[in-house]
Amino acid sequence: MLDARLAKRRDAFALDVAFEAVGGSTTVVVGESGAGKTSVLRLLAGLDRLDGGHVTLDAVPYAEAGRGLHVPPWQRDIGYVAQDYALFPHLTVYENVAFGLRAGGTAARRIRTMVEESLGLVGIPELAGRMPRQLSGGQQQRAALARALVLGPRVLLLDEPLSSLDIQARRVVRVELRGLLQRLPCVTVYVTHSPIEALVFGDRVVVLDGGRVAQAGSREELLRHPRSPFVAELIGTNLFIGRAAQAGSAPAASIRTPEGAVAIEDTSGPGTVYLTVSPREIMLSRTLPEGSPQNVFAGAVMELIPEPPGGERVRVVLDTRPALVAEVTPEAVAALGLREGVRVYAAFKATGVHRYT
Amino acid sequence: MLRIPPADLVARLRDPLILQALRLSLISSFAATVIVAALGLPIAYLLATVDFRGKRVLEAFIDLPMVLPPTVAGVALLTAFGRTGLAGHALSAVGITLPFTTLGVVVAQAFVAAPFFVGAARAGFAEVDRKYLDAAATLRAAPGYAFLRVLVPLAAPSLFAGAAMSWARALGEFGATITFAGNMPGVTQTMPLAVYLALQSDLDAAVALSVLLLLVSLTVLLSIRLTPSRLAALAARARRAPR
Repeated sequence: MLDARLAKRRDAFALDVAFEAVGGSTTVVVGESGAGKTSVLRLLAGLDRLDGGHVTLDAVPYAEAGRGLHVPPWQRDIGYVAQDYALFPHLTVYENVAFGLRAGGTAARRIRTMVEESLGLVGIPELAGRMPRQLSGGQQQRAALARALVLGPRVLLLDEPLSSLDIQARRVVRVELRGLLQRLPCVTVYVTHSPIEALVFGDRVVVLDGGRVAQAGSREELLRHPRSPFVAELIGTNLFIGRAAQAGSAPAASIRTPEGAVAIEDTSGPGTVYLTVSPREIMLSRTLPEGSPQNVFAGAVMELIPEPPGGERVRVVLDTRPALVAEVTPEAVAALGLREGVRVYAAFKATGVHRYT
Repeated sequence: MLRIPPADLVARLRDPLILQALRLSLISSFAATVIVAALGLPIAYLLATVDFRGKRVLEAFIDLPMVLPPTVAGVALLTAFGRTGLAGHALSAVGITLPFTTLGVVVAQAFVAAPFFVGAARAGFAEVDRKYLDAAATLRAAPGYAFLRVLVPLAAPSLFAGAAMSWARALGEFGATITFAGNMPGVTQTMPLAVYLALQSDLDAAVALSVLLLLVSLTVLLSIRLTPSRLAALAARARRAPR
């Protein structure tokens, strides 16, 4: 089991992240660029020193800021695949994979078998004699993975493993990598900016925002119960944070739910109620809707974003209070004459609100 | 240069004194280059990768022979390694004498040639992308192993270039050699010294020696620059690789 609390200051940026991960599972650290994702991996690998916190693997301390303990990277049982793979340009694929075995003093007669096994595991046994510059992005990625895995690390760190690939290669590698990671016995920590990758790979997902954990949990937990605006935006839903409405108070807005109205506030704390409304539940109209919808907000269209693939759906960002995102068909956009600045009413039923605490 | 017929040139080169000087020059300059490379590699590595107290002072001392008049360098060496010098005293205790010996020639050449190698090697090390060293570190490679197997091969073109410059400087060394090691044929008389000596008695001989020295220098520099060209291209690609 990997147990880590990572604190690092760099100029104005402060990283402070804690998480645990068990063998055979993949923890995805997801966040925007600059959220501190690569720092997390460098601190785990020992390439950077902790300012605070600790890294412990199976009860063995690798780093402890309090007593200045720092096991150097080459003595850690941790494999690290950098974002651009960093294959040694002067060595063949075979020599790249053999590098760690030789450096670690593996008996020469065992090296050939281990390298071939590892190249077979990632599916490129025929590329052993090539130089890195002769490989495609996907092949380089596999070679780098083989180079890390041949050492049988107990922790595997992957930094944006798919981001250097073109879109076609990305899909193929994603499927294969997922199959491979599920078979590996080690703790995998996978860093990405992509919410899709987070949900595909992450048995557990740690959402990083400005160097802090915005939310951590299983992918189901994250999808069903986002707890911060950042996470909600990541998974593309509307999130409201509030408290059960009380008579006499005057909140900025309140949303009716099957269990009663919730006053929307910008704070979270004891008694906080979370509400999500799927963008597809939100109906737009140019005139005030009559009849069943119980929640109606007025506002102007800020942005129209066609959803890939093909733009069969369009996300409509509104400046309502609270801000809402609706998802409608291109036909609806045309029929309503939606464009930036047009004032609309956004309505959704109480039954369309998912409420949790 | 052309006023001596080639046959005459060849005949002059049969002169044992000249052959001696040529052999001594080649041996001593290569020996000096080897010493400079062996001592210079770790120093260049330290300068390129580590910040420490007194780094600037060390840098200044390493560059000193480059700006010092060679005769002054010779005097400095004589003061240090002479019979009464501190280092000379210690060395004579183990039976080594430097002044006015072939070994002294090598030391004088290494002393003046060192900055050329250290400067080039340091720049070469600094140019290697850190990501390769990070990768090596996470692949069980302690710094020494990573240095030999990653940093040195990737910086090889700069190291070769530095060694070539260093060797050229050692081959042409005059002032420090004559001051520190003297001018004894067969022992400390290198080609530049022989040329200078010949110039005073026999202009044709001096020209012949100069032509020879020119050809030897050109051959060695060309062969050093041509062999690692593939390596150089490889390392250049490595440095250009997207981050």
